[in-house]
Amino acid sequence: MLNRLGYILLYSFLGIVAVIQLFPLFWLFLFSLKDNREIFSGSPFALPSEFKWENYLKVWEGGIGLYFWNSIWITATAVVLTVVIASMATFALTRMKWKLSGLVLGLIMVGLMIPVHSAIIPLFSMFLQVNLIDNPLSIIITYTAYNLPITIMILLGFYYTLPREIEEAAVIDGCNIHGVFFRIILPMTMPIMSTTIIINMIYNWNEFVFVNTFISSDKYKTLTVGIQNFIGQYMTDWGAIGATLIISILPILIAFIFFSNKVVEGLASSAVKG
Amino acid sequence: MNKVMSNKWMILLYMSPALLLVGVLIFIPLILSGYYGLMEWDGIGEMKFIGLENYIRGLQDGMFWTSVWHSTLLALFSTLSLILYLAVSLVLASKIKGAGLLRKIYLIPMLLSSVAIAQLWIKVYNPSNGILNWILMRVGVENPPSWLADPNIVLYAIFLPIVWQYAGFYILIYYAALKNIPETVIEAARIDGASPLQIALKIKLPLIREVILVTVVLAVVGSLKYFDLIYVMTNGGPNGASEVMASYMYKLAFSVNDFGYGSAIGFLMLIITLIATLFIRKATSSDEKLQY
Repeated sequence: MLNRLGYILLYSFLGIVAVIQLFPLFWLFLFSLKDNREIFSGSPFALPSEFKWENYLKVWEGGIGLYFWNSIWITATAVVLTVVIASMATFALTRMKWKLSGLVLGLIMVGLMIPVHSAIIPLFSMFLQVNLIDNPLSIIITYTAYNLPITIMILLGFYYTLPREIEEAAVIDGCNIHGVFFRIILPMTMPIMSTTIIINMIYNWNEFVFVNTFISSDKYKTLTVGIQNFIGQYMTDWGAIGATLIISILPILIAFIFFSNKVVEGLASSAVKG
Repeated sequence: MNKVMSNKWMILLYMSPALLLVGVLIFIPLILSGYYGLMEWDGIGEMKFIGLENYIRGLQDGMFWTSVWHSTLLALFSTLSLILYLAVSLVLASKIKGAGLLRKIYLIPMLLSSVAIAQLWIKVYNPSNGILNWILMRVGVENPPSWLADPNIVLYAIFLPIVWQYAGFYILIYYAALKNIPETVIEAARIDGASPLQIALKIKLPLIREVILVTVVLAVVGSLKYFDLIYVMTNGGPNGASEVMASYMYKLAFSVNDFGYGSAIGFLMLIITLIATLFIRKATSSDEKLQY
């Protein structure tokens, strides 16, 4: 259909879009390896004259290391909780027979449309009353609750496609309900579970407003809030700020390189229903 | 079989963790937000019932309406930027080699935290050392704007990283929808002599209309609750020029300690978002279901 010139134009267009998407990050990486003198006087496109890896060492030891570990264990705990609880609920919603299942599913899905910020003041006062302010548990259970609707939505489609005969056979063989779920259904849903794990991981790693509101001690802060404070101290040291930002985005970028198909699948199905 | 799979206690056991978390941490706070809105309260001391006073105050509060206007503008810009994303997706879905890889490259900004994106774009916009003004000065612009400090520009300056951040997400959705259109439909149009542009506008777009509708809802709802990036980049400033509903609410509660009024604003925000969602669905719904 299209002639050669047409294709050249189309590819150039797509290439320019790719450059726009990547260039700010590339620039960030460049200045994370420079010192201020070079950043302020040289061309922003220039490679660093010498690679200042010490920027990274400086910020890691200056406190980013702690935020990094907090992000890892809080993200991991919330991801495990979310995926297990969502799987249990999806199992009950799709495989068990009860009258209210449609209504309950509808209610959970309403949770997808709600602006979370409308709930943050009451959440804060609820946690204050039960002494969970400045306690990582508050963020873990909040992450879990707010990621349940999207996780259940991603799981649903897969659960519906599992044939009924599987459970029937298991029950006839004397399996009880827990056996059916934990030994048969759960292992079968591994592919879709891995999708929800990676999607949850990205959400939790990047979450900001809950940590910013519920956590005040440095020892529990995660990277998103940590880098906020941290950058305050290094206001004018661009190299340090660049290194901090690169450290904070690197785990997600690495995960994306390995699991990009899962991420694409998860994001696509998270939008199917809107 | 049926006995095992419809045991009431087992259903309760499997549902209760999810129901408890969603009920206690999502639904109860939303209802409480409307209730706290009826109180005069600093967040710590005694609550005092004042009826609808906070809500009336909100409706008369110029700053609140300014924030609603800014949120609406963001929603409008976000919806318009969908056209750009659609254009990219149409090109991407037209038998392009490497489309899979390009799609993933476009997605990268979407994976990063809004805080990191905000900090990065603060640097991009830096008046003296940012890359944007560096380029502008090289191409001969004498006095490039001071972006985030200029009240007339700040909202647009904030919008650019939002377009950048979400591009990959919408392109991904459109691309998947476009790839779902059966090849035979396109082939038939081609044989009838339709040009690629006609095929795109008259056949492809109508066929993915449902998906476009979903993305409009996502873009509008997403914009109405937009917070993180603005909070970090400008915190609503300079002088309220980039204040949006969520940032105004957050400020009222956690800077001014006016929890009652902040809750009322939060509740109004919830209602505005729900109305917007219903309105778009109503306005764009039609009985005719398109068939291939």
